[in-house]
Amino acid sequence: MSTYTATVTVQLKEGVLDPEAETTREALERLGFELDALRAADRFEIDLEATDSEAARDRVEEMAERLLANPTIHDYEVAIEDQ
Amino acid sequence: MTVAVIQFGGSNCDRDTVQALESVGVAAELVWHEDDLPAEAEGIVLPGGFSYGDFLRAGAMAAHSPIMDEVRAAADEGTPVLGICNGAQVGCEASLTPGAFTTNESARFQCEHVHLRVENSETPWTTQYEEGEVIELPIAHGEGRFEISDDRLDALEADDRILFRYCDAEGNVTPEANPNGSKHAVAGVTGESDHVAVMMPHPERMTLADIGGTDGSGVLSGFA
Repeated sequence: MSTYTATVTVQLKEGVLDPEAETTREALERLGFELDALRAADRFEIDLEATDSEAARDRVEEMAERLLANPTIHDYEVAIEDQ
Repeated sequence: MTVAVIQFGGSNCDRDTVQALESVGVAAELVWHEDDLPAEAEGIVLPGGFSYGDFLRAGAMAAHSPIMDEVRAAADEGTPVLGICNGAQVGCEASLTPGAFTTNESARFQCEHVHLRVENSETPWTTQYEEGEVIELPIAHGEGRFEISDDRLDALEADDRILFRYCDAEGNVTPEANPNGSKHAVAGVTGESDHVAVMMPHPERMTLADIGGTDGSGVLSGFA
């Protein structure tokens, strides 16, 4: 068994409105910053033991599918790092 | 008919719902989510509130509460299930119903009365209304914007699975009458079978003439 850290990034699918990100963008503009767009995402870091990185990825992808993301509105990415 | 109103940690419309059901002649009891679903439960309400503090996403945690396996099994056997507000978010997160309810277009919590147009009057929840009838119910949510892919929404509409749409007092579906930016102004949908349904507005808050009106009674009468 090896120890891995999986990083899951969950983001709204392209085209799904993100009112919180839009509000944040407007706040940045009020502070005087210039920007074209702002996208927000949730990031989860998960430490786990698995036989290999593929097994770690499979388990974490299932976590993303079943809870961390809502596949109706989110896309997600999983990155696996060997500790 | 005894309806089980499931209490999650953070539910807060549970007792109102029991009273509202009783006001339309339906016996109801509270069931704590860590307890088993009573064998005599002939209907289920997932009530409003803020289960698990809306952690992760509204409804996401409660959707994976063990009792939800029993709710799903009961729904599959034909037990009527209605999710209201947070219960609607739970229902979608649990895949009892399609789509997702996410952050309002305004990015704010909104508590106000809205008008709804009855889109399909042939479900247990809407048989008391006429198709096209306009009713008034309160909303109270921060994450009520209905989202779903265009393809799946087309399929829902083709299958007549939209219960209600937000509209103005005359029944016109307009951007101004859509309080939260819901796609196609959808306020409530049915599951694969119409004995399972979810809606963001609160019918249980409009069942007593003394406190606002009875426009919501017809929805709860779906359990009668």
